[in-house]
Amino acid sequence: MAQPKLVDEQKESNVNYEKVVESSQFKQLMENKRKFIVPMTIFFLVFYFLLPISTSYGTFLNVPVIGDITWAWIFAVAQFVMTWVICSIYVKKANSFDKEAADIVENQLEKGGKS
Amino acid sequence: MDPIVVILFLAIVALTLVITYYAAKRTKSAGDFYTAGGGLTGWQNGLAIAGDYLSAASFLGIAGAIALNGFDGFFYSIGFLIAYLVVLLLVAEPLRNLGKYTLADMINSRFNAKKVRGAAALSTITIVLFYMIAQLVGAGALIQLLFDIPYWIAVLIVGVMMTVYVLFGGMIATSWVQITKAVLLMAGMVIISFIVLMKFNFNIGAMFTEVKSATSHGADYLNPGIKYDDPLGTISLMLALVLGTAGLPHILMRFFTVKDAKTARSSVITATWTIGIFYILTLFLGFGAAIYVGESGILAANPGGNMAAPLLAEAIGGNILFAFISAVAFATILAVVAGLVLSGASAFAHDIYGQIIKKGKITEQEQVKAARYAALGVSVLSIVLSLGAQYLNVAFLVSLAFCIAASANLPVILYTVYWKRFNTSGALWAVMAGLGSALVLVSMSPSVFSPVEGAALFVGNPIFPLDNPALVSVPLGFLGGYLGTVFSKEYDFKRYAEVKVRANTGYRES
Repeated sequence: MAQPKLVDEQKESNVNYEKVVESSQFKQLMENKRKFIVPMTIFFLVFYFLLPISTSYGTFLNVPVIGDITWAWIFAVAQFVMTWVICSIYVKKANSFDKEAADIVENQLEKGGKS
Repeated sequence: MDPIVVILFLAIVALTLVITYYAAKRTKSAGDFYTAGGGLTGWQNGLAIAGDYLSAASFLGIAGAIALNGFDGFFYSIGFLIAYLVVLLLVAEPLRNLGKYTLADMINSRFNAKKVRGAAALSTITIVLFYMIAQLVGAGALIQLLFDIPYWIAVLIVGVMMTVYVLFGGMIATSWVQITKAVLLMAGMVIISFIVLMKFNFNIGAMFTEVKSATSHGADYLNPGIKYDDPLGTISLMLALVLGTAGLPHILMRFFTVKDAKTARSSVITATWTIGIFYILTLFLGFGAAIYVGESGILAANPGGNMAAPLLAEAIGGNILFAFISAVAFATILAVVAGLVLSGASAFAHDIYGQIIKKGKITEQEQVKAARYAALGVSVLSIVLSLGAQYLNVAFLVSLAFCIAASANLPVILYTVYWKRFNTSGALWAVMAGLGSALVLVSMSPSVFSPVEGAALFVGNPIFPLDNPALVSVPLGFLGGYLGTVFSKEYDFKRYAEVKVRANTGYRES
């Protein structure tokens, strides 16, 4: 990279990406990702918005649970726990996505997507 | 000024300059300048993300907000953290796989359209300037209080420091300043929280009981509703917080500093743990300040509550802890503004100059030179704007920056990666609708117009009721992208196939 060189992003591709997208291996990866990411995203957004919605439209979370700590605080801290739990689950799950992706790179992309 | 304060202050200046010196020696190519050569490890980048993200508004602002408003102050902590799930699950990995230096690079992996790149650069620059003015004005006011020096000198010190880091050390210096700051900040948070908890014999319940009688709010202090009594306003703010992070240019740029999507993922994990622990601890700072400094003491030092954390440090740890926390606050500001300068400079030098004006026909050396000029330009512009904004109430600019990021950047990112039919016109309209509606709505909102003098930028009645317009502008950003797409006949499924494969496998043709 020491010599001046022109940076040009547009170059013709040698890989048949449409073929890769249509392959059962790639479709399987997409399906596996979708099955995890979509429900998780819906879950954490619902869990998150339930907090401001329930504190804004009701006072039922203002009931003490442990001493003076109310349900609102428990729910608030549960948001943190939820975040860490989803992070940890995702890391495990993503390792299997990585394996599938590596297979696609090795079996299809490096052969130009023609296999 | 206390000599310990001066010594710690100078120590931070010296340490960061040493970092910059070594970083400058390693900064040769444009890749080094913008992305530290892509060579950061997961935990390094994770800490740097935390350092980039946890601004003085988080550290001092939230501690003050919890101290003064109880539960409502904690809303920010929750929103700022959960936002990382959006980053982790939807944005970080495709972004790393598709982009090079900037957000516009990532969008342009699908469209080779100058107007799309221009629109993305425009929203980046808008967000950076708003966020930066809020940071610098806050920093000026804060350093003025902490170190007892005039506002303009305070702004100049921070301004010159951030310029030096970025100009000479680029992303390598910026990253290590951010890592250093993250470590110092977490240490400060843990020390204060530990002392506060120790005073209650580590009984959190006792702390809750004590704080109930510590403020003028009485038992209501522990219940939501002291500050946010408007349901839609609260939900709109929470929406901006949770979706904004995944569109903030200085955070997105951090994902290009690692070698692949797997490392990008592990950096989000490190960042999420660090940031999560940080925001949990804001609770102890806030309650501690309410109990040991007291409402009147916090308000007397600064009506916005920004001095709550330093005053708490003084109350429970004396001069030395006060000096340490002040120095940490200073380092916090420096790390955040450096990241902002760099992302602003990348939009000007890489997107507008390198790709749009020079059409990508530019050598490495020219790129680095352009980046340095742009960094200087962004710094000078923000210093000048901040000097002029001293007496303006600009605190709303931080949540506005999150709102623009959520409305203008997130829709286009998600459509680019996940929607097959998406096209150039849709990309342009997504950015413009989100950016335009956020700006127009906020300019008519209670953040800008208030009947009470000094409460907002101008005196007058707001036309739009929500402080933060995310509830309207985020859907408009998505709608703009949808309508722009379906009203244009253009589509390129072949190109999308490539984007989809690359986004999900990280494959790059060499």
